[in-house]
Amino acid sequence: MTFEQIKSRAVSQWKSLYHGEVPNILIGTATCGRAAGALAVVEAFREELRRQNAEANITQVGCMGLCYAEPLVVIIKPDSFRVCYGKVTPEVVSRLVEGYILGDDPCLELALGAVEGGDGEAVYIPELLRFERERRLLLRHCGYVNPEDINHYIASGGYAGLVKALRMPQGEVIEEVKRSGLRGRGGAGFPTGEKWQVCRNALVEPKYVICNADEGDPGAFMDRVILESDPHEVLEGMLIGGYALGASQGYIYIRAEYPLAIERLGIALKQAEELGFLGDNILGSGFNFHIRLALGAGAFVSGEETALMQAIEGKRSVPRPRPPYPAEAGLWDKPTVINNVKTLAYIPLIINCGADWFSAMGTERSKGTAVFALAGKLVNTGLAEVPMGTTLRELIFDIGGGVPEGKALKAVQIGGPSGGCLPESLLDTPVDFDSLIEVGVMMGSGGMIVMDEDNCMVDTARFFLDFIQKESCGKCTLCRLGTKQMLDILEGIAAGKGRIEDIDLLFELAEDIKMGSLCNLGKTAPNPVLTTIRYFRDEYEAHIREKRCPALVCKELTAYYILPEKCDRACEHCILACSPKAITSNEKGIKVIDQSKCTKCGTCLEMCPSEYSAVIKLSPISLLPPSEASSPKEAGG
Amino acid sequence: MEVAEGLTRILRAQGDGRGDLIAILQEVQAEFGYLPKEAMLGVAKFLQIPESLVYSVATFYNQFRITPLGRRPIKVCMGTACHLSGGELVLEAVQRELDVDLGGLTSDGEFSLDRVACIGCCAIAPAMVIGDAVYPKMTPWKVVEVLTTIKSEIQEANKGD
Ligand SMILES: Cc1cc2nc3c(=O)[nH]c(=O)nc-3n(C[C@H](O)[C@H](O)[C@H](O)COP(=O)(O)O)c2cc1C
Ligand code: FES
Repeated sequence: MTFEQIKSRAVSQWKSLYHGEVPNILIGTATCGRAAGALAVVEAFREELRRQNAEANITQVGCMGLCYAEPLVVIIKPDSFRVCYGKVTPEVVSRLVEGYILGDDPCLELALGAVEGGDGEAVYIPELLRFERERRLLLRHCGYVNPEDINHYIASGGYAGLVKALRMPQGEVIEEVKRSGLRGRGGAGFPTGEKWQVCRNALVEPKYVICNADEGDPGAFMDRVILESDPHEVLEGMLIGGYALGASQGYIYIRAEYPLAIERLGIALKQAEELGFLGDNILGSGFNFHIRLALGAGAFVSGEETALMQAIEGKRSVPRPRPPYPAEAGLWDKPTVINNVKTLAYIPLIINCGADWFSAMGTERSKGTAVFALAGKLVNTGLAEVPMGTTLRELIFDIGGGVPEGKALKAVQIGGPSGGCLPESLLDTPVDFDSLIEVGVMMGSGGMIVMDEDNCMVDTARFFLDFIQKESCGKCTLCRLGTKQMLDILEGIAAGKGRIEDIDLLFELAEDIKMGSLCNLGKTAPNPVLTTIRYFRDEYEAHIREKRCPALVCKELTAYYILPEKCDRACEHCILACSPKAITSNEKGIKVIDQSKCTKCGTCLEMCPSEYSAVIKLSPISLLPPSEASSPKEAGG
Repeated sequence: MEVAEGLTRILRAQGDGRGDLIAILQEVQAEFGYLPKEAMLGVAKFLQIPESLVYSVATFYNQFRITPLGRRPIKVCMGTACHLSGGELVLEAVQRELDVDLGGLTSDGEFSLDRVACIGCCAIAPAMVIGDAVYPKMTPWKVVEVLTTIKSEIQEANKGD
């Protein structure tokens, strides 16, 4: 079959599903949807359609990025609005079937909004302000097409980039990528076209293309969503790369913690092969390309490019010095291009729509869009894709909806363990590679975590360092031991045992670790500590000088206390829930915590009915009334 | 012997290049839930590489366990988002409720407990996974509730036997 035939078949299948006589029910069943109960919703729809004798198709789609509102359902009805419903439970399904599938009531009280955006375009819900700010390129199909059906991708414009590329001379494909100004989305922002050129110029054969889907940043999930929701855009990018470089073998290195993404990639590979987009003599062009999955076995350092190649070779993933760069000598010492999932996913669009179209978006030196995983203390958590140059404030407030419960934003963490924490005063910083480095953080992978007044900056720095310290491969002494020293110092500060000189010592160690580490794991490891000291020094000083944790997080410096005037005598919620049995009722029926038994698990605070709100946290511990202050238990163990 | 049989079956379907080591170990773990010593020795022989090399790879990566997994493996997320919303308290609650150490196994072999660094569900933090099911927005008390329910289900099932 020619591409035109494949496409016209796909389009007619698509039309009958999305514009047919029968309503189409889209249900998001990516990992986040499943965690919120999407599979039960699928079951409930099947059941209700049968029970009410209604006819409709059910299409399982990926993630629309609105994770806070999962499970998400979109109903597409002939000659009517496409309506998106959030937080759907099996209980409301019968009403949706009766109201909108059978009747004409779109059940707007359950709806997030009406969906716009035709075939091949980004989904768009005009009612939500976030869509005004967003510009969805990579996420354009996510939550709209069935990732397990290649025809959906083809019908919405997929694989046209590959077809176009195959008709171009290889050098021209690389030229186009260079002209687009695309920079790698794996963290460092290296110009993709240049990397490709080096690899193409290398005289050694064979060459390899690797897709880096390790996504090790513990707070990032963009790559997972893309692979679960629209895997073909990544495969198409790899194919175009393979063609341009003269490679015939590709690898996708994906973390084993992403079972659904692995499953969907497997299906995508099989379908692409069946239609002749993958394998030998692709679409009759004479170009051969094969892709294998390599499952990561869970080590953060495996995401580093030279380490990743070691892992594919079956070894311990320990980085090696560069040069030689992988583009000259990579996998099995052969020239290898390694790119992030998102970098590759841009390629079909760039080839299809042209470098000028792409470079018209973004800033002077950072072109295109940025995809962020918004998590932490935000009203609307999920994924967002915005033009480069959008400010943090727009991302957090217009798209993320700000901090819940009216609390104050304290910091935003960007770039994961190699990034850092920025204070509220820097929220007008535009997100692009260079502006972020100027303020001491990094674009990194695109994880963005918002923190409020209840998060402690010392604890946050300790958390990242603990992560890095565990994940250091151990090759460089300063990375292995220097981070351990920094961690010990931070733990001391968090426990109220810090000295004021420790802050300078942390700076000193940070410099040494940066100098003495081979790869960016070590070189950037001190960033979370440095930025928190730079922007939140007062919190460090409160821990050290006053033994006080302002956010009431550090256990050794906080205590739980039941306010006698608020405690209701008849209520025993806290007593029943306290597993170490640290709470007793005194002669007046007022509950009292035995500090020597308290493990500071916080269950009493959680269980105390909101009309009393009698349980509070105190820091420093010396604020406890003298009667209770007797020998608080050394917590932590 | 069971391990030997399973291993033979796995190895038959695998390549025998040095580069296949990690994939083979992943298969072995998928089969047994962990890497039995006997299987690691068998893999070394099969690939004709030193046993120490197999052991060094097995202990380098977080995914591999050299102790058995519970019938219902519990993983508590300790990623950034989960940490910030109280993941530590969730982990402690599981430890307390099941009297099990991190990386350990309950005495009845029912539950094992591990931490993971982000399962990609940060939007519903803190998250916990039991078997294949993800539990969103956990708190210490919800841990008690979830585990109590599962334990009573186990009891019911055992009664049925
Ligand atoms: C410790 C460490 C972890 C990394 N993890 C990832 C990762 O999970 N995914 C990724 O794409 N790049 C990761 N990188 C960056 C890669 O080394 C490499 O720069 C990237 O894959 C290149 O792709 P790009 O040019 O498309 O950005 C990591 C780097 C370091 C130092
Ligand atoms: S941090 Fe726990 S799921 Fe990402």
